Amino acid sequence: MSEVQTGTDTGHGGEHVDEERRDFIHIMTGATAAAGVVMFAWPLIDQMNPALDTKALSSLDVDISKIPLGGEARVLVGGQPFLIRHRTEREIAKAREEDSVQMRDPEPDEERLIPGPDGNLRPEILVVSGACTHLGCVPVGPAQGNVGDYGGWYCPCHGSHYDTSGRIRKGPAPTNLPVPDYRYISDTVIQISL
Amino acid sequence: MSGHVSTYEPKSGFTKWLDARLPIVRLAHDSFVDFPTPKNLNYWYTFGGILAVCLMVQIITGIVLAMHYTSTVDQAFASVERIMRDVPYGWLLRYTHAVGASMFFLAVYIHMFRGLYYGSYKAPREVLWILGCVIFLLMMATAFLGYMLPWGQMSLHGANVILNLFGAIPLIGEPIKIWLQGGPSVGNATLQRFFSLHYLLPFMIAGVVILHVWALHVPGNNNPTGVEVKDVKKDTVPFHPYYTVKDAFAIVLFLGVFAAFVFYAPNVLGHADNYIEANPLVTPAHIVPEWYLLPFYAILRAITFDIGPIDAKLLGVIAMFASIGVLFVLPWLDTSKVRSLRYRPVAKQFFLIFVAACLLLGLCGAKNPDDAVFSLGSEKLVVSYTDADGVASERTFGEYSEAVAFEDSLPSAQNPSMSVKPAPAFTFLTLGQLLTLYYFAYFLVILPWLGLKERPKKEPESIAKSVLPKGRNTSLVAVPAE
Repeated sequence: MSEVQTGTDTGHGGEHVDEERRDFIHIMTGATAAAGVVMFAWPLIDQMNPALDTKALSSLDVDISKIPLGGEARVLVGGQPFLIRHRTEREIAKAREEDSVQMRDPEPDEERLIPGPDGNLRPEILVVSGACTHLGCVPVGPAQGNVGDYGGWYCPCHGSHYDTSGRIRKGPAPTNLPVPDYRYISDTVIQISL
Repeated sequence: MSGHVSTYEPKSGFTKWLDARLPIVRLAHDSFVDFPTPKNLNYWYTFGGILAVCLMVQIITGIVLAMHYTSTVDQAFASVERIMRDVPYGWLLRYTHAVGASMFFLAVYIHMFRGLYYGSYKAPREVLWILGCVIFLLMMATAFLGYMLPWGQMSLHGANVILNLFGAIPLIGEPIKIWLQGGPSVGNATLQRFFSLHYLLPFMIAGVVILHVWALHVPGNNNPTGVEVKDVKKDTVPFHPYYTVKDAFAIVLFLGVFAAFVFYAPNVLGHADNYIEANPLVTPAHIVPEWYLLPFYAILRAITFDIGPIDAKLLGVIAMFASIGVLFVLPWLDTSKVRSLRYRPVAKQFFLIFVAACLLLGLCGAKNPDDAVFSLGSEKLVVSYTDADGVASERTFGEYSEAVAFEDSLPSAQNPSMSVKPAPAFTFLTLGQLLTLYYFAYFLVILPWLGLKERPKKEPESIAKSVLPKGRNTSLVAVPAE
């Protein structure tokens, strides 16, 4: 409409035009179309979220009895790397001694462990995420011949050093390697869930 | 230009019939044949045409490669190797596509620096410039998506690093990352959608290129003097044959360089790590993006400090996006009325430093940030031990023999161990931080301030006067050779 008209007025042909009624029809049509677009846009956006089969693959049972002392197992759960370290007595002692040292993300070693089936902590088994908290690279460990300055892991991408409890001690990473959600199914099998 | 009257006259019966229904030949004639173009454009102005060729090469080779490529994690790497070994001329098509990406960026950077130097972003060409920035952004997205497709080590871990940048955004970062990945990690879902989008974006680029050319043809070309066309007859020549031939000559030279890379050094701009199939459990020692993204990667890594509640990681991401975002508002940051840096002697110096800073930022992005640009001393040996009171201590030595003697003198109960302390050095991190500071200062401080303070040299009266020797008749009008 090129002319501004208010309320009830007379149209070009001289017949009666109800402007309020026309506005109502315009607003209803526009609103219905907008709602339709939004309702159709949501499935197009949501389809990019993880699919059901992807979500179903979000836990893994790992046999920890095969991990050699001082060594580690590297597993993928839903494509994310996790490190299961079978720690030596010395590594456990070192992690505990350094509980009181100043750190970027202070956390005692005991709080990074969970009890086994018998209810006692299992200090020899440390499970941490294998994604450096800086930019997600996978740190190297004993099997790759570099455990960093603090005996745990070293991230080759930007030089973050983690100690034998997976705590950040040096380099750009902001936080410790997180301990994932896991539990003991039996003495020798743990289940890691995302 | 907008005020230019169409000179197209359909001759045959068919073209007359078509012109009355779809004047597409008229559009092409007015845009690329009889379009009045400043007569003083130099070879820096040929990169627009070169870029059009680059886009065509990428789209054509890309469509053909997609006929042979499989976008699943189990088959992607093998299908690329099959293209290289078994598909007829597959090696040529893939190398052309991969080298073509580098050539595309080489040309676009020259094109952008040219725009910066001659002030092509200033009124009335702001929208033209912004559309160019949109194309640049789309190019970077396309290149990033495409680099993922061979599913090599660098593909996977590079994508991982970049997607983790989104995770740095507070609260919504993690859900956005999961949404982009289509799962808890970069995997099959990610690869499939990256392929789909990598196919889509070049056509979006082509669309924005049409808008870019349209926005160019409203005010017409800028030129090395920065002086507007005053007299179409004296100041301009028709686009064809003058610039079609000049552009074609430059395109041939450019394709020569392109071919040299494709045939003699197809992998020199890439990374050997990407010929190892992706393995999420092993990260390559040095994750670096392709060369054309290195300056922005250096800016990302230059921010190693927190400011207030914002941590270094998020600040780095903000700085990286801001370094591109600042280009969008450049037309309003440069306060000078004079377009071309030819007539701005001080700004010219700062511009040359800016070009050098961008190149050096690229170097910083490629290097390990902790490596020394130059060393400020020598390496030292540090013996650490637990002293008699149970406190962690250390002593520093310059000579190996002294350090060993001290280490041996300590009882083993004190746990002595020796390590090398690197020499104090001016590192690539520090250099990158200084260059990042200059990058932002150039746009946010130098250009706004200099435009008000600098006394520019006198601009020529007209384009025609600038190209003719003094005292000559300036009413000469170029006539195309028959």
